[in-house]
Amino acid sequence: MSVVYIMIPVALLLAGLGVAAFIIAAKKGQFDDLDTPALRAIFDDDETPPEHPKEKSITNDDA
Amino acid sequence: MTANESICDHCGLPVPSGLYEPDAEHQFCCNGCKTVYNILHGSGLENYYKIKSAVDSNAQPAATTGSNYEELDDPAFQSTWVTESDEGTAEVELLLEGMHCAACVWLIERLPRVADGVIDARANIRRRTVCVRYRPSDIKLSTVAQSLDKLGYAAHPARGKEARQIRLKEDRKFLIRVAVAGALAGNIMLLSIALYGGEFDGISDAWRTTFRWYSMALGLAVLVWPGRIFFTGAIAALRTRTAHLDIPIALALASAGIWGTLNTFRGIGEIYFDSVGVLVFLLLVGRWIQHRQQRAASDSVELMLTLTPSSATLIDDDGNTKRVPIETLQAGMSVQVAAGESFPADGTITAGITTIDNSLLTGESVPVTSDAGDPALAGATNLSSPVTVRVQAVGEHSRIGKLMELVAQASEHKTPIVRMADRIAGYFVIIVIILAFGTFIAWTMIEGPAIGIEHATALLIVTCPCALGLATPMAMSVALGRSARAGMLIKSAAALELMAKPGTMLLDKTGTLTAGATTVVDTYGDESLLSAAAAIERSSNHPIARAIAAAFDSDLQATDVNQTTGQGITGTVNNQSILVGSVDFVLRSTNSEIPPELQPKLVRLLDRALTPILVHGSTTNTFALIGVGDQLRTDAAASTQSLQKRGWNLEICSGDHPRIVESIAHQINIQTHNGGVTPEAKANRIATLKETNTGSAPIVMVGDGVNDAAALARADVGIAVHGGAEASLEAADVYLIQPGVAPIVKLADLSRSTMSTIRLCLIISVCYNTVAASLAMAGLISALIAAIIMPISSLTVVAICTRAGKNVAPTKSATISSESV
Repeated sequence: MSVVYIMIPVALLLAGLGVAAFIIAAKKGQFDDLDTPALRAIFDDDETPPEHPKEKSITNDDA
Repeated sequence: MTANESICDHCGLPVPSGLYEPDAEHQFCCNGCKTVYNILHGSGLENYYKIKSAVDSNAQPAATTGSNYEELDDPAFQSTWVTESDEGTAEVELLLEGMHCAACVWLIERLPRVADGVIDARANIRRRTVCVRYRPSDIKLSTVAQSLDKLGYAAHPARGKEARQIRLKEDRKFLIRVAVAGALAGNIMLLSIALYGGEFDGISDAWRTTFRWYSMALGLAVLVWPGRIFFTGAIAALRTRTAHLDIPIALALASAGIWGTLNTFRGIGEIYFDSVGVLVFLLLVGRWIQHRQQRAASDSVELMLTLTPSSATLIDDDGNTKRVPIETLQAGMSVQVAAGESFPADGTITAGITTIDNSLLTGESVPVTSDAGDPALAGATNLSSPVTVRVQAVGEHSRIGKLMELVAQASEHKTPIVRMADRIAGYFVIIVIILAFGTFIAWTMIEGPAIGIEHATALLIVTCPCALGLATPMAMSVALGRSARAGMLIKSAAALELMAKPGTMLLDKTGTLTAGATTVVDTYGDESLLSAAAAIERSSNHPIARAIAAAFDSDLQATDVNQTTGQGITGTVNNQSILVGSVDFVLRSTNSEIPPELQPKLVRLLDRALTPILVHGSTTNTFALIGVGDQLRTDAAASTQSLQKRGWNLEICSGDHPRIVESIAHQINIQTHNGGVTPEAKANRIATLKETNTGSAPIVMVGDGVNDAAALARADVGIAVHGGAEASLEAADVYLIQPGVAPIVKLADLSRSTMSTIRLCLIISVCYNTVAASLAMAGLISALIAAIIMPISSLTVVAICTRAGKNVAPTKSATISSESV
């Protein structure tokens, strides 16, 4: 049973690591927007960019 | 496919018959949609339609404006909005109109595909913003904005970046507190399970002591880190001698912390750290949810503030025009103001004749015709034709600036209201302390001071008003969410609390009770002349002309149109010469008398404060009479009636002509009305009402204009209606996102329902507390019982709170129809 003496600090340390990871993530702004990422999940990620992006650019059109 | 059943290939809305192209492969409801459609297909972004059809039920046409956004390239703007990095990239946040679904997010984030030089774009659907990272060497900011505009999302730079950064940091800190409290509470619970298990099955002293010490360490961590805000809140309240819910909470937490620590050291008695951890966690979650809900409302208001133009067209000495930020304008400069734009500064018109709509500034519903030499005020809208204005006063020196100063003063005068939960907390503290003292005395006499202290502390801990602490934020956030869906943005939760009781409501007229725009209200006489009149008026930009042109559908063509400013207009339609204008002008020009059958109608129009317009046809020699004016909103009568039925005292306070105000007041049956009221007088009226006000009935101001802003800020609850001025948005507590005043009735209902939910929660929490206090006084409380009672009472309350405002109809029509039966 004396292993519990070691396991409690280890468990708390692990919990502490989790909290620390959360704090870092929060400070980096990962939880600033809780709505948009949910929408991004439905986008296909195998999109291929258009062949000639320069040609099809609209930035040089007249306004 | 015929024109009738054709739908737009971009947004899916019906195509107007005028835009239907029989031979075209694709049909569009507007030019914006067509542009966007072509761009998407040209850039390999057709996927947009697939995503859209999968996720979106709301059709919206593209919001393309075609603006060139050149004011965004001004260095003064850039320095405040754009953050540049060392690697030669820049970042800017833009608010977008029309972003509403997943397909929009997808499309906006594909911006780098259509605009070279953009590195990435990250959309935020909740705030409707996009954060664009780009290389300033490759692309100008105006081009970025143009590209977004061409995709169908009009872009506006987000103002107040620093304030937003600070708020963002606050939000993150709050979230971290919730997380830390959750993690600590969870771990204390694990340790406590071992301890409770030991209570029943036996536990060795060594283990018991170990678990208690660990619990204490974690429990104290909860109190000093996330739980600290309750202590700072309580100290701040004590210092200002105000009652606040944080006081009893802090009292309970402090007693538990101190007593638990003492008992840990002594090795006997109860420790309450598990309850402490869970309570702090639950309370923080409740507050965080409300915080998030309120942030959403203030973000939406911020978006609307940004929509107002902040640039002006400057004419330099060589006569060239250039878009510049309003901040750079100085007295003596000349600016051009296009029709439909608002004046950027106070000044004098130097060239051009136009009509000016002062309704937001003064409340006058009738637009003023202004010529060279006439004044123009910042914030007024130029209605009919472009004019050149010599700037005389800008910023705080302008009329609007002075009014804003008044708003700031009024906000300072605003007395903070004591929230119901805080008021109760005041009594609560006193009762709990008396009970604890009684318990201490009684038990000291029976079993000695040690037991006395133990039972008294247990009482302080178990009577922590956590259910009450959760009830208000939870019920409020549920109600705020419901109100947003019902068309109201509530900036301060206190407004919701105040509106529960009927009080006195001051209503602005122009733009609030009325639509704030000139429309045709009534017609009499020869109706065949009306479409001819509309055909002639089409060529004029005068607000009355536009109202007439819009009111009657006409395929007729007018020729020889000739306008006499301020009098009337003549023209030929179907070979008949038609005269439209003021009664005097038409009668004088035709050298005739008004027909006897129209005479009483004319009197009636004048009685109703409408502007009579006479039409004369030369061939038929007949007359038609049109009454135009600022019409009462369709929902105004029903809404004011509903409010009166609920016990509200209504009063109209308008800057418009008293005669017009009287007529409107008469139509919706409001006894008290004042016309010609200045913005200052409106704020004073509110102040007087507040001074003479006895009891807790709220003084509410409803308005839309700059002239109402000071009164809105001064009132207990300020409600700004849809389409109001920026200043009114800032000053008000509640903003209606739907046109009309019907949402106010809903606000009152929602308020009442929310408060009754909170009261129900309060009764339940008092019941729990009475049970807990009786047990503690009887000396029967144990840490286990405390750990069960306290979270259960909190969770019951949360479950009830989801009911807040439930019986308030989500749609506008439902509220009105239920009233009119």
